Amino acid sequence: MKITREEVLRVAQLAHLELSADEVEMYRGQLDEILTYVGKLEQLDVANIQPMAQILPQPAAGTAGSQADTESELRDDILGPCNVADAILAQAPDAVKPFFRVPKVIER
Amino acid sequence: MPAPTWTISSVREALVTKQLSARELTQDFYEHIADENPTLNAYLALSPDRAYAQADRVDTAIAKGDVLPALAGVPVAIKDVISTTGIITTCGSKILQNYIPPYDATAVERLESAGAVILGKTNCDEFAMGSSNENSAYGPVRNPVALDRVPGGSSGGSAAVVAAGLAVVSLGTDTGGSIRQPGAFCGVPALMPTYGRVSRYGLIAFASSLDRIGPFTTNVTDAASVLSIIAGHDPADSTSAATAVPNYRDQVETPLDGIRIGIPEEYFGEGIDAEVKTKVEAGIALLEKLGCKRVPIRMPHTEYAIATYYVVATAEASSNLARYDGVRYGLRVSGNTLMDMYRKTREVGFGPEVKRRIMLGTYVLSAGYYDAYYLRAQKVRSLIARDFAEAFEKVDAIITPTAPTPAFRLGERTADPLQMYLADIYTVTGSLAGIPGISIPCGRTKATLPVGMQIFAPHFSEGRILQIAHAFETSNGFNI
Repeated sequence: MKITREEVLRVAQLAHLELSADEVEMYRGQLDEILTYVGKLEQLDVANIQPMAQILPQPAAGTAGSQADTESELRDDILGPCNVADAILAQAPDAVKPFFRVPKVIER
Repeated sequence: MPAPTWTISSVREALVTKQLSARELTQDFYEHIADENPTLNAYLALSPDRAYAQADRVDTAIAKGDVLPALAGVPVAIKDVISTTGIITTCGSKILQNYIPPYDATAVERLESAGAVILGKTNCDEFAMGSSNENSAYGPVRNPVALDRVPGGSSGGSAAVVAAGLAVVSLGTDTGGSIRQPGAFCGVPALMPTYGRVSRYGLIAFASSLDRIGPFTTNVTDAASVLSIIAGHDPADSTSAATAVPNYRDQVETPLDGIRIGIPEEYFGEGIDAEVKTKVEAGIALLEKLGCKRVPIRMPHTEYAIATYYVVATAEASSNLARYDGVRYGLRVSGNTLMDMYRKTREVGFGPEVKRRIMLGTYVLSAGYYDAYYLRAQKVRSLIARDFAEAFEKVDAIITPTAPTPAFRLGERTADPLQMYLADIYTVTGSLAGIPGISIPCGRTKATLPVGMQIFAPHFSEGRILQIAHAFETSNGFNI
């Protein structure tokens, strides 16, 4: 067994999900099956393989144009208008401008 | 179901020769939608005010004799995970059931700047998580080609509206096959561009290292036209590529002489439907007749792609979906404490598949499991990308089936999530590698269900993909 009931409850807590008793049992079984399948990745020797960190192939260091290509992806650090507060607060379930209101966070 | 009758060029022709106005065309589409959508459930929201205002702008430009932009008056539909100012955008989820974005996605803005008329938002699996559109909180879409079948997913609504003639063009999103597989199931061309080719600004995130926006169209030339408009660097998306955007339409007519097509045996083995295999092999034979050179290749890490994908994608999803907590937008379910509110909101707001993926993603990232699952999967992802890089040293493009089977029946596969995941095997590979791919129609089965053929090419080689797809289309390959 890859995942226990206790681990399901711990993961649900980490993920801020309040699962019903039925859901805990259902997800335990399904996650167990999926994780067992995922276990096939253990068949591969990846000791000398770098994890993928960039999706697109990066130009080799020192090649012509590589620096320009890299630089062109960074914008200048200048301020732009961002007058969106009202539009965003209008979407909030409970807003008191300029705040989002939530239940009390600090217990006395 | 009605069949598509309009293309981008036929719309232009009709408008310029004044056979009808952009407003009349828009009206015609809304009438068809009113007739067909109750059956298909493909549109979740319509935006007539915005559509008619845009149509009127096009009609004014025509009256004044202005030069019309490339998509003037073309009716388009947008997948409901893509932000649209003032149009309700739910992601197929209850947690965003009343959400109205305050801004447009860059891809939407570019379509509209090119004259397109946005008809509305299309149904999809919740947060684009699914392969059948049955995970939408607003009910499944029916496949217009066979109403008892799924349209595929997650962009099922976007595929269905184009296949049914309820939009000329639609935008979908592809994370593990969500453009290409519904394209195959509904029998329309469906293009996933290179990662970073189209800005993701305004695309509500599922898995940020995999998500792409791309078009559904009724023909390959239209796909080329749309890509030319939506592609390109966007200062608002730091992962969008600075690579120059060619005019893809100019590339589609190039003959195929000498193009080397790789046929990976791993995509034709266990699990493939016999009729799908026969049709795609007939498609490959046609490409050979058109001047392509067939090269057998091996992609040895293909069998690890599903396991890799469902670790990487769910890990990213668990992080991206942490933002839905009832504080800033969307659903809030009251609770006594902040934590109580978070948990109740997420319990009520998310559907079963989304919760399953959040749970899986949280697990693979959690202390003690990160190295065994997430880090290992990212290493295997490098191996899968290497398979493609090595293949592309020998071939110019790779041809495969899009999906192992044609569209399945509604409800047929919902009981077993892992079996549903396994059917993504031919599409997730290209997603993990970041390369572009298209699904194009490749005949039908005896039961008249569409079969899809997939074309992969190296990063930023959309022009070559469209060139091959167009040659196939003009040689009647779609009806092979």
